[in-house]
Amino acid sequence: MRQLLVPLASGTIFGAGLALGGMTDPARVRGFLDLFGAWDPTLAFVMGGAVLVMAAAWLVQGKLLRPWFAEGFALPDRSDITPRLVGGSALFGVGWGIAGLCPGPGFAALVIEPVSAAVFVAAMLAGMVAVRLIEGHA
Amino acid sequence: MSLLAISLPGFPDAAPVAGLAGGVLIGLSAALMLLGAGRIAGVSGIAARAFGIGAGSMPRLGAWAFLVGLPLGALIVASLTGGLEASFAAPLQLAIAGLIVGIGTRLGGGCTSGHGVCGMSRLSQRSLVATATFIATGIATVAIMNAWL
Repeated sequence: MRQLLVPLASGTIFGAGLALGGMTDPARVRGFLDLFGAWDPTLAFVMGGAVLVMAAAWLVQGKLLRPWFAEGFALPDRSDITPRLVGGSALFGVGWGIAGLCPGPGFAALVIEPVSAAVFVAAMLAGMVAVRLIEGHA
Repeated sequence: MSLLAISLPGFPDAAPVAGLAGGVLIGLSAALMLLGAGRIAGVSGIAARAFGIGAGSMPRLGAWAFLVGLPLGALIVASLTGGLEASFAAPLQLAIAGLIVGIGTRLGGGCTSGHGVCGMSRLSQRSLVATATFIATGIATVAIMNAWL
């Protein structure tokens, strides 16, 4: 049960934070990216608040032998900067700019603008499948 | 809710207090995932895991529970605040963007949550590079679209 409650609670708080911070409104996100136009710095406050809290969480994590409700930590440990990392992130930014949506707000907005959000999420999943198919044959 | 409506001098559309409060919630959510489950709250990776697209050690049911929570949390805020403003692009634009976001996040190994929140706060070099890159191309994309479309 804990195996489900922790991610369910985490996802719910995450979605609430996105909505409260205005990140489920693509126009506001595009406003942040519109640095050379009518710039809306709200996203910087969202990102700043989240990073500050998480920085504290990493300090706590360093003192834990294991997570509160799981057997062990499963965390990324890579530090190499690859063309794939940079190219993929560059692509992601282009899509983010076109729609004003990234994955989290895409899912959260399913209850705000169901059809629009579903179109975005379905296309996103198709893009993920495409990468898998191409790499599977490489 | 008047506190949440405080604006920033020079930026009439900005919502700094609501933004910061939302960010703190996102940080708490990611902290719960890290300290509770020992994992990164990266939405693109969790979505890939839930739909069986990506490998990974996260239990698939757990990935689904996280994904279901996202709209649930938004729904709670929407009902408490009496509705949320949202202005979406046309479906074709959303579809093209979604496709690019899906490809980019798989190649780049994360999105705004995994790299931007979880990785940056850990000072991960990969996440710092990824975040700087997608913010830069996002800004460039919006600038180009505003200039030519």
